[in-house]
Amino acid sequence: MSATTEAPETTTAVKPKLKTSAMIASFADPGQKTAAAPFGHALVKAAEADSRIVGLTADLGKYTDMHIFAKAFPERFFQMGMAEQLLFGAAAGMAETGLIPFASTYSVFAARRAYDFLCLDIAEPNLNVNIIGGLPGLTTGYGPSHQATEDMAIFRGMPNLTIVDPCDSVDIEQAVPQLAASDGPTYLRLLRGNVPTVLDEYDYKFELGKAKVLRGGNDVVFVSSGLMTMRALQAADALAKHNVDVAVVHTPTIKPFDSATVLAELNTDRLAVTLENHTVVGGLFETVASAVVTSGLGKRVIPVALPDQFLDAGALPTLHERYGLSVDRIVAKVLAELG
Amino acid sequence: MTLSSTEAAPVSAPTTERIDRIRAAAYRIRHNALTMGEVQGQGYVGQALGAADMFASVYADQLTYRAEDPHWEGRDRFLLSTGHYAIGHYAALAEAGIVPVAELETYGSDDSRLPMSGMSTYTPGMEISGGSLGHGLTIAVGMALGLRLQGSASRVINFLSDGELDEGSTWEAAMGAHHHQLGHLTAMVDINALQADGATDTVLRTEPVTEKWESFGWYTQRVDGNDVGALLAAFDNIAAVAAPVGRPSVILCDTKVGRGVPLLETREKAHFMRIEENEWQICREQLTAGYEGTAA
Repeated sequence: MSATTEAPETTTAVKPKLKTSAMIASFADPGQKTAAAPFGHALVKAAEADSRIVGLTADLGKYTDMHIFAKAFPERFFQMGMAEQLLFGAAAGMAETGLIPFASTYSVFAARRAYDFLCLDIAEPNLNVNIIGGLPGLTTGYGPSHQATEDMAIFRGMPNLTIVDPCDSVDIEQAVPQLAASDGPTYLRLLRGNVPTVLDEYDYKFELGKAKVLRGGNDVVFVSSGLMTMRALQAADALAKHNVDVAVVHTPTIKPFDSATVLAELNTDRLAVTLENHTVVGGLFETVASAVVTSGLGKRVIPVALPDQFLDAGALPTLHERYGLSVDRIVAKVLAELG
Repeated sequence: MTLSSTEAAPVSAPTTERIDRIRAAAYRIRHNALTMGEVQGQGYVGQALGAADMFASVYADQLTYRAEDPHWEGRDRFLLSTGHYAIGHYAALAEAGIVPVAELETYGSDDSRLPMSGMSTYTPGMEISGGSLGHGLTIAVGMALGLRLQGSASRVINFLSDGELDEGSTWEAAMGAHHHQLGHLTAMVDINALQADGATDTVLRTEPVTEKWESFGWYTQRVDGNDVGALLAAFDNIAAVAAPVGRPSVILCDTKVGRGVPLLETREKAHFMRIEENEWQICREQLTAGYEGTAA
């Protein structure tokens, strides 16, 4: 376009304020209690206690909170470049020498781009490599290239792999040392930056492989993981104002799944709802559904999950509302189900 | 010797005694491979024969290991990323005393520790599970980093094939090894110019291979991979020139499928070679005659 010296045409109409979103916007509510970079700080703490822990990233150190570790342990941090196959192949090689690698990238690149390396080099020999996946599910408005809406579906079929979907900073801080201590590979759906602190309000401790009942309730039971546990708790509070009594069961470990705890909670007359930051295909809902069917429990379960489609770009609050992950949408869905 | 590199060979040539010792090991490795091939009646015998001199140079001359303790911490690591070359690798592991020679005839059978494609979970001395090509060098980079971090003096040698140069991950690893200055990492590329669908230059042209590795910052030598003296000299050059300055090294080995057995050398080149029942004895006789320098 050629430059012009003419003044732009002025208009008296007021333009509507556009809603924008940073690529890795925080999903914390305004004024919510948060913790900064809980994964990075937890990894530093774990590494102080265990000299075998090393950190790797594929050009996303700053965006996966790995930079905290890199600064604390520069000699134990390895920048592998924007090369995810190398990242996970090398992590496997390091584990073969007795180290405990934490290797970070975005979930989309771990799940879609480097799957063969995770599968054959890490999971098949059952190595203690901890895969740290940023931007799980719908935690960026950047579009399908960065929205890992199907990461759990992809990873659930991989033998030996433990999958953890933490709710908040408490989960992450407590999970990191347990991931390091557990044999075999793990995948952490990372929440990074200023991460909400939610579970400190409950009598709760993260235990790898365990589901926990956060609150009881007589009318509805929510089974949730990841940031949707935060939304489940908020929705439960909102539903109380409608005289609906909601229980919340938090299942941060998706695989191996704590079927016993969840099935015991589902074996009642309450309305059962699963809530996940993931496509309705192959994630928490289907994990619960298969546990229900296998046990012979004839129980209807309703999913709150992302639709089976490529999602729009846009601001995160807009998209969470659009695709049903917002508190308002959850409340409306439950009230509609209860009639 | 057909050493070709931008840098001249700085060290004296390997002694005749050393070359003879490795040639003898290569002969036994080829013999072992024929034993395994006969059990199957077909398979990757051609590759094993072609790469036998490379395996012999590594196991009989280069690697530090303890046959009775294959997982000994101080060992050098040899990574086979071409899983289908396992027949050659098992033959070498038998020569090295890590796998009993008598066990070789279980190759590829149910419940054998020697599956058709090499896997670390099955076989002592097998460092990684190959098969999905283009993985080995990425793992080798991590092993080299891990060993160095822990103060180990162990080396890492990755055996790969020219077909694996098709895989982008190989080049990710090549960049990583140079970036991290992994002088204790050596890649050996078997250039037999043959892939599953045919000749390498008809499948995906990888040449010029030497220039590619040099441009990635590797100390690069291209040799006749069936010339034991050339292979040993290449390793000596690496120890003298590349390893001390933290430069990863690659030996590009031009080999001949079926090498050592004229019947198979002249057969139509095939990734998966079929050999008739009555031909195995002929193969063995030709191998021995060639090794002893007498006509079959």
